Amino acid sequence: MARIDLVDLAHSYGGNAAPQESFALKPVTMTWRQGGAYALLGPSGCGKTTLLNVISGIITPSRGKILFDGKDITPLSTQKRNIAQVFQFPVIYDTMTVGQNLAFPLKNRGVPKAEIDRRVAEIGRLLDLEPYLNRKATRLTADAKQKISLGRGLVRSDVAAVLFDEPLTVIDPELKWQLRSKLKALHRELDLTMIYVTHDQTEALTFADTVVVMHDGRVVQSGTPAELFDKPAHTFVGYFIGSPGMNILPAEVRGREARIDGHVIALNRSYDHLPAGAKIEIGVRPEFVEAVAPAPGLLSAKIERIDDLGRIRFARTRLGDAKLAARAPAGFTGADGTAGLKFDPSHVHVYADSILVEGAA
Amino acid sequence: MDKTINQKAWFLVLPVFLVVAFSAVLPLMTVVNYSMQDTFGNNQFFWNGVGWFKELLDPSTDLGGRFLASLGRNLFFSMVILAIEVPLGIVVALSMPRQGWTVAACLVILALPLLIPWNVVGTIWQIFGRPDIGLLGYVLNHIGLDYNYVSNDIDAWVTVIVMDIWHWTSLVALLCYAGLKSIPEAYYQAAQIDGASRWAVFKAIQLPKMNRVLLIAVLLRFMDSFMIYTEPFVVTGGGPGNSTTFVSIELVKIALGQFDLGKAAALSLVYNLIILIVCWIFYTVMTNAGVERKVQAESEPAVEPKPSAALKPVPALKPKEGVA
Repeated sequence: MARIDLVDLAHSYGGNAAPQESFALKPVTMTWRQGGAYALLGPSGCGKTTLLNVISGIITPSRGKILFDGKDITPLSTQKRNIAQVFQFPVIYDTMTVGQNLAFPLKNRGVPKAEIDRRVAEIGRLLDLEPYLNRKATRLTADAKQKISLGRGLVRSDVAAVLFDEPLTVIDPELKWQLRSKLKALHRELDLTMIYVTHDQTEALTFADTVVVMHDGRVVQSGTPAELFDKPAHTFVGYFIGSPGMNILPAEVRGREARIDGHVIALNRSYDHLPAGAKIEIGVRPEFVEAVAPAPGLLSAKIERIDDLGRIRFARTRLGDAKLAARAPAGFTGADGTAGLKFDPSHVHVYADSILVEGAA
Repeated sequence: MDKTINQKAWFLVLPVFLVVAFSAVLPLMTVVNYSMQDTFGNNQFFWNGVGWFKELLDPSTDLGGRFLASLGRNLFFSMVILAIEVPLGIVVALSMPRQGWTVAACLVILALPLLIPWNVVGTIWQIFGRPDIGLLGYVLNHIGLDYNYVSNDIDAWVTVIVMDIWHWTSLVALLCYAGLKSIPEAYYQAAQIDGASRWAVFKAIQLPKMNRVLLIAVLLRFMDSFMIYTEPFVVTGGGPGNSTTFVSIELVKIALGQFDLGKAAALSLVYNLIILIVCWIFYTVMTNAGVERKVQAESEPAVEPKPSAALKPVPALKPKEGVA
């Protein structure tokens, strides 16, 4: 159990001398609080597994430090780091029984037999593996195997954190749901710091209380699911979180107004000091744009199609070169092929070079 | 469903029958024929029934004594070289590099002894071990060890065994290396996380993952060493006395040295039979090991029964997966 601090941590597979643009993990400084449930979310190749392996010690970072409770553990090997990790594909020691598999991490660390038995029994109970503890761990279904892997990650009570590297990839969707809820319950019960790597936003948002979004080797935002949804700090977060993602439109912003093709969109805050020369865009979630019948004063867009998602409908429209999704209220058909767009000013954000700009009230 | 009946098709199979008949069946039947008869030259044969076989398996006769003694020596030899080559091969495989140019270098060096003809291996060691001009023999005698494989039984045995280890450990090592290479990196990472010691990694991951290739290695090495002829023949000629005379050497002595065709034929049939039986046992054990596991998997229930419909999450409440 520990707080984990990353201090100016970076890693390049090509060594520290490589240009920073090629770093798999660009310099990051952040804190993982004790007992938190974190998700590391990002597309494939964004550096999330690298970050995880750096924390667990499988990779030695080319730069920076990792602190567990303020103690620098960067040079320590994985064995000495007191960390547990569960991998994408189940790892089973198949000459052992399920129980021996669970006991393996404890046995290697010389934990007394009585304590091992107690922990194995507890984890077996929590993961519903009890009837199989005395069975050989071969020829099990993929989810049973992954449960054993999870169990080996959770069996030590003294770990600084448990890291999960997309552990549900090999599991059937139906069981995925169950196992994810199980993990969430285990987090509450065992009070462990958990870091869960995934590229699936549903998994991230349902598992974690803090989601860390990574993009191109950089941590672009870390916050609660609600924060990520309401106030994406980076256009990538806006696009990546939510389905459909946030609309990003190039615009001219002056004071409390944004202009697109000469049309004025009101903003809730004032933006007077935008960096000169930066690419200015506004971002608004489809949920906060309404497609209505065209009317004077409304930005008009061409309707490409209307997606009916059951509880909600989205009009997919086109504004010049840009695409925009907007909520289509009941009764709106878009039969004439054009729509007027009504923006909710409190949910329109301004981005300079993809980074969120905080306006003045 | 009517099958066209065309007996002319047999003509197409005929060449195969002929080739097999001339290359395998006829020579084998000739041996069977010899094993039942005795001859005193002049191409005259006398019926002897199973006499040779009786003699062969009776230790009190000259033939039986020689056969059983050489068989014992052969089994001892196989056991010794297996007991050394298998662990040694595993150790060599474990200490080989996993990547980089050194892998290729190691593979080439390991493959070298395997590429040398048996005859040449024998000659190399025959000269290498000579006390007067051989590097090994000369050095050993120079430092005070009385080593002479021509006159001392134990020296002869040690030479033959060391030669076989030098020649064939590479094969075991290469097979084990292939087995080791097929272990996914995640296993090692997981073992690291689990705090496993080097020995625990070997016992829990590497050895179980190698058991298939090890079975093959043991089978190949057993068969090869059980049929060994050329190398000990070149080095020791079966001596001193009969101390390194293995079954195949004994067989050649009887067949070509004494020209006792009947005895030699009986011996080769029994020899052949022993090898076939051991082969069959190995094969059965190997295939059965696979079948057993399959049956076990089918008869036992899956660990996690599928949840009933009531437990399924309601689809409408399920957030949409994937990226926008």
